[in-house]
Amino acid sequence: MNRPRKLFVAAILALVSLAACDRTDRDPPAKPAAAADARGSKAGDLGPPQGEPIKAVLTSPPMVPPPTGRTAPARVVVELEVIEKEMEISEGVRYTFWTFGGTVPGSFIRVRQGDTVEFHLKNSPDSKMPHNIDLHGVTGPGGGAASSFTAPGHASRFTFKALNAGLYVYHCATAPVGMHVANGMYGLILIEPPQGLPKVDREYYVMQGDFYTVGKYREKGLQAFNMASAIDEKPTYVLFNGKEGALTGDKALKAKTGEHVRLYVGNGGPNLVSSFHVIGEIFDKVWYEGGTHVQENVQTTLIPAGGAAMMEFHVEVPGSYVLVDHSIFRAFNKGALAILKADGPEVKDIYSGKEVDETYIGDRAQSSLAAVSDAAKSARAGALTVDEQVKAGQALFAGTCSTCHQANGQGLPNVFPPLAKSDYIAKQPSRIADVVLHGLTGPVTVNGNAYNSVMPPMNQLTDDEIADIATYVLNSWGNPGGRIQKDEVAKFRKDARPAAAPTH
Amino acid sequence: MRAALLLACLAPLAALAAEPGYVRVPAGQFATVLAYEDAAGPQRVDAFEMMARPVSNADFQAFVRSHPQWRRDRVSPLLAGHGYLEHWATRDKPASGAQAGQPVTHVSWFAASAYCSAQGARLPRWIEWEYAAAADERRRDARRDPAWRERILAWYAEPATRPLPASGAGAPNAYGLRDLHGVVWEWTDDHASLLVSADNRDQGDPDKARFCGAGALSVADREQYAVLMRVALLSSLEAADSTSLLGFRCVKDVR
Repeated sequence: MNRPRKLFVAAILALVSLAACDRTDRDPPAKPAAAADARGSKAGDLGPPQGEPIKAVLTSPPMVPPPTGRTAPARVVVELEVIEKEMEISEGVRYTFWTFGGTVPGSFIRVRQGDTVEFHLKNSPDSKMPHNIDLHGVTGPGGGAASSFTAPGHASRFTFKALNAGLYVYHCATAPVGMHVANGMYGLILIEPPQGLPKVDREYYVMQGDFYTVGKYREKGLQAFNMASAIDEKPTYVLFNGKEGALTGDKALKAKTGEHVRLYVGNGGPNLVSSFHVIGEIFDKVWYEGGTHVQENVQTTLIPAGGAAMMEFHVEVPGSYVLVDHSIFRAFNKGALAILKADGPEVKDIYSGKEVDETYIGDRAQSSLAAVSDAAKSARAGALTVDEQVKAGQALFAGTCSTCHQANGQGLPNVFPPLAKSDYIAKQPSRIADVVLHGLTGPVTVNGNAYNSVMPPMNQLTDDEIADIATYVLNSWGNPGGRIQKDEVAKFRKDARPAAAPTH
Repeated sequence: MRAALLLACLAPLAALAAEPGYVRVPAGQFATVLAYEDAAGPQRVDAFEMMARPVSNADFQAFVRSHPQWRRDRVSPLLAGHGYLEHWATRDKPASGAQAGQPVTHVSWFAASAYCSAQGARLPRWIEWEYAAAADERRRDARRDPAWRERILAWYAEPATRPLPASGAGAPNAYGLRDLHGVVWEWTDDHASLLVSADNRDQGDPDKARFCGAGALSVADREQYAVLMRVALLSSLEAADSTSLLGFRCVKDVR
């Protein structure tokens, strides 16, 4: 007979110990020089709530609720529903997300310091799991987690006073905590300082998270959560707003030139720290770590897992600005990429766009310089040999001519005529210097093939250099040999006529 | 001929309505993933008989018809709260034939207990349920096999809104029990004493003594998160609660 035991089992599913959530140490920090001290939570109790309770406006990412605009503490009712749902994590790839409010990240909550927040957490009747919420903006053990443990088809309520201004992460803290977070259970709550935040033209909500699937990156179909790779901290995806492409293409964030943009950026983790960067912008201001103080002129700001930051910039120049985790393989191989598209007129004096697109020969120019200057020296001494000219010409040809005519002089079929074994050159060797100097436009026939394109004049080259190039060509690839002297080039330059297409 | 046809039509219904059979689970030593405060290490689990599959809607319909005090229009909200049998078409009829064969859900602990009592049975204790559910198709304790855990986790990854399969459609485990994993959660008799901390990160918290006035007990085996999620679900519920994915099966003591 199996006697019933005294089964007073108390199990603490301490699968993850988040020491960072310890908020007992709330003494005011050492006062930074010349910076105002916000005096922390002790300054946050602005008295009892005034007026009728207010229902908080919640927004789905990437939108942010409007400023509270309040001047007195209020009682704010927040109603957030947990919904487990299958959604796309990448094109053709599905994943069962657990969400606060049906989106990843969860709904954005905006209150004011000193507000009394009455928090209702509902768990959808269609949920499989119990859930709860830990808001980093709560002063109290667990951040509300124990008070909000909610079974499917149930709702729970707890109330807290928002004592510290700042941007805070919230997340689920039900066992296994890491799995609930990895499935998308995080979001942001902004606790405005009493005076509010400086007015801007646009505000957006972006949150990074890492995701772990059994299948490989972009492997199609419904992908299950992979606990082993989550423990190893090797994500399949690193994403902004829960989906590859959530903020690109038609869904890119929008702004106009001349506007001030503020981003509220969180990092849900569960594992990775974000090196958040916007390509082509410099943050004028960063409220680093989502706190009270501002750093200015920042390129990349670190956002810890379970942390957030606000950043502001002024859009000067139109175009696409790319939001990335600058741990850059995550951006290009795991999806951590979003776009902010700025519309407006070009501002050329700030950013020109591409002005020059040319071949850069780098080290080749360095090494070839010697041959060219040696040749010039010999020419001045009247002792220039054909061999010196060929060496100098080879170096110059590599930098100037080989892009079109190719290093082997073969040209490109139907586009750029060959210089190798060229009947066109053999017929009149000196015309090489003429063509280099003046360019050649219009139809020509070389070795029986017709060409019709444009070669620009290369008259930036000196007479010496052009003579060297021509001599190199004459002594290469089966051409007849011989040399061109600088005097001949000087004569062509004096003629100053464009080389006409020869008549045949 | 007519009688034969009638029989043929009735046969599937009769199968559904039949009381699920019981399977004997022999006694054994078992190390639970929970750390019981009054027992360290493996403990003896006495032999018991367990229903081979979860109780179906048809099974529960037969019970409600013979015990009308458990109809949703009659039951006290203290014994079965909001949502009790709300998925049925009427107070004593499931929504469809397909639903009749599925495991019953939307049932409170009180209702599940009453059902088992009416069968001369009871709900399983947690350790009995865990003991029986540690098996896979071939082994009585497959918990060390990562594949066993992955299968359980895969079920967690499926949305709860997918239609349930018929009760007993799964493959039998080493004892001959079906659908212990992968279909529904199941009530246990002692669910109310599974005092899981609602905030699962407070290991080492001096306040843990609040649980039953004794040292709260940690999870003995952290690798068994798949099983622990089941404990977490049960601990989040009151006895009058029900959910769309929580059913039950009964056990009988072996004399």
